[in-house]
Amino acid sequence: MNRFKGLLGWEFSLIVLVGAALLIGGLLSPDFLTGSNLSFLTANFSEVALMSLSMTLLIIVGEIDLSVASILGLCSAVIGVLFAAGVPMPLALPAAFVTGGLAGLFNGLLVTRLGLPSLAVTIGTLALYRGLAYVLLGDRAIAEFPAFYTNLGFGNVPGTLIPLPMALFAVLAILTVIVLHATPFGRALYAIGANGVAARFAGLQVERVKLSLFVLSGLMAALASAVYTFRFASARADNASGFELSVIAAVLLGGVSIFGGRGSVVGTVAAVFLIGIINGALTILDVSNEILTIVTGLLLIGSVLLPNLLTHFRTYQQRRRIQGDSVIQ
Amino acid sequence: MTERSAPASSPSSSGWLSRLLMAREVSLVGLLVLVTLGTAAINPLFLSFGSVRDLLLNVSIIALLVVGQTLVLLMKHVDLSVSSTVGLSAFLTGSLFVAYPGLPVPLALLFGLGLGALLGIVNGLLVAYGKVPALVATLGTLYVFRGVTYAVVSGGQINASNLPPSFLGFGTGSVLGIPNLVLLALAVLVGFAYYLRSYRGGREYYAVGSNSEAAVLAGINVTRRTMTGFVLSGAIAGLAGVLYLARFGTVDATAGTGLELQVIAAAVVGGVSINGGVGTLAGAGLGALLLGVMGSALVTLRAPGFYQQAIQGALLLAAISIDMLVSRRAARRLQEERKS
Repeated sequence: MNRFKGLLGWEFSLIVLVGAALLIGGLLSPDFLTGSNLSFLTANFSEVALMSLSMTLLIIVGEIDLSVASILGLCSAVIGVLFAAGVPMPLALPAAFVTGGLAGLFNGLLVTRLGLPSLAVTIGTLALYRGLAYVLLGDRAIAEFPAFYTNLGFGNVPGTLIPLPMALFAVLAILTVIVLHATPFGRALYAIGANGVAARFAGLQVERVKLSLFVLSGLMAALASAVYTFRFASARADNASGFELSVIAAVLLGGVSIFGGRGSVVGTVAAVFLIGIINGALTILDVSNEILTIVTGLLLIGSVLLPNLLTHFRTYQQRRRIQGDSVIQ
Repeated sequence: MTERSAPASSPSSSGWLSRLLMAREVSLVGLLVLVTLGTAAINPLFLSFGSVRDLLLNVSIIALLVVGQTLVLLMKHVDLSVSSTVGLSAFLTGSLFVAYPGLPVPLALLFGLGLGALLGIVNGLLVAYGKVPALVATLGTLYVFRGVTYAVVSGGQINASNLPPSFLGFGTGSVLGIPNLVLLALAVLVGFAYYLRSYRGGREYYAVGSNSEAAVLAGINVTRRTMTGFVLSGAIAGLAGVLYLARFGTVDATAGTGLELQVIAAAVVGGVSINGGVGTLAGAGLGALLLGVMGSALVTLRAPGFYQQAIQGALLLAAISIDMLVSRRAARRLQEERKS
């Protein structure tokens, strides 16, 4: 119960921070709080947002997928190569989803069947999938996509300033909240993350659940690849390089424990927006990309370090209080 | 010392032989010979003096980095930030030469060591005292250090023309036909291999990685050992950065990008377990050499450059999978022996 309360506190502070970031951005630049800028800014982190949903589930069960950005690149290459070869888009897109699903399945099989640590496996596939993208596409860029699809990438929901990819994200985020927090499957994820052995003894299909989450992670990366490819109207092998950091940073900053068993989708969504808005504000202030990299890295470290230091400080205080009491007695 | 020389005459010589054949190092050497001879059979130029020299020079930087990475991996941690440390150290050392062209080479090496140690302290503090998982901490510093490098470089570049001839000479020079960099890497590798094998401090790395709670009970200061491991890994990466500069002469903000993957792959191929407590530096060094030979064989056999990254990833996956299967079989055999 106490832990639950602590988590709500963390999410609440994140939401306050999002508001503060918006306010500070608005004070520093008059262009920041305009509708079109906010629309552009949110569209800019839609791929990270999509992938952070499945990453939240994976990290809650105690696994991790460092290869998501590479799967995105590979799927993007598949879309590009097939389209350049004259395959119509309604066939190229499903091929990308099959590729993403298979890539996730391969990760999952290595982790669940061979019992390998997911960190090591996905460091390997991070290189493998990105390499396959280069094998497929080389350093070419495929850019001539039909207007219908590129409009899906950078268009808005008709009549509003909400980018289409973010509308998609909103629907999927709500679905994830329902699955994670209101179904037996969602509760099973926490049980597996908290104690996999106990969960197995309680009759949960730990391996099958983990395998399905790795496949889901690959499918989400495929979906993000479609968004990225159409948003930039460009299929390149190096699409979204390094995005895995932003995804993992968002999930950990959102309060999901790297050791599994703790976290919520609301926290992840708040953190995605916080990182996205900070990045957007820094960009509009002409702060260079280098500083953005440093800020994301620091957020990643800080999101784990600060709670640790806080716990340490609390136990230290408690111990002192106990010692003080015993002295008085 | 006397204890160790005693078993040589004992009757367990057949056990000694089978242990030799079982050793990871032997299979690595076998594979190394196979790849080398196979490639040389297709293209004899593979064994020419120049190409062997280039290969060894390239491998020496990875072989150096694998020493620090092994220390960290043995404790069940990982240091993903080495590539960024190499890049920052290479660029700052280059800038130092631009400011003080007369800087002696040993001072440049010391500068790299010191800078790397400082960055290692950051990692060590985060992991040992901040209790941040090494993966998260060093993934974060990988980006922070690289971001700092970009900010410092800001589009600039260090070229060979900025560097004094004495330094470039050190990078390409050799003693008795063996390149300086290779000698340096070999010295560090052998020194640490001896330390890990025969000193209390060295054995503590294995103890921490095998069972850190037991290590605490055994009186090992795990926090300090962890700190030392990260500082050493950083310092070695800083030194490697100076050598990188001496070897290539030209560095920009992207110098060293992706090296961490090659280093971890080399350690794991060499038999250092990602789960801590298992592995030798001899194996890790051979792993680095094998990956280098394979990479260079691919170039010799004219495999397109685009295949390199995919092959590296596949090799890493194969290495960890085989490692897991072998260790599982060993555990099963141990259990059966205990039953009978």
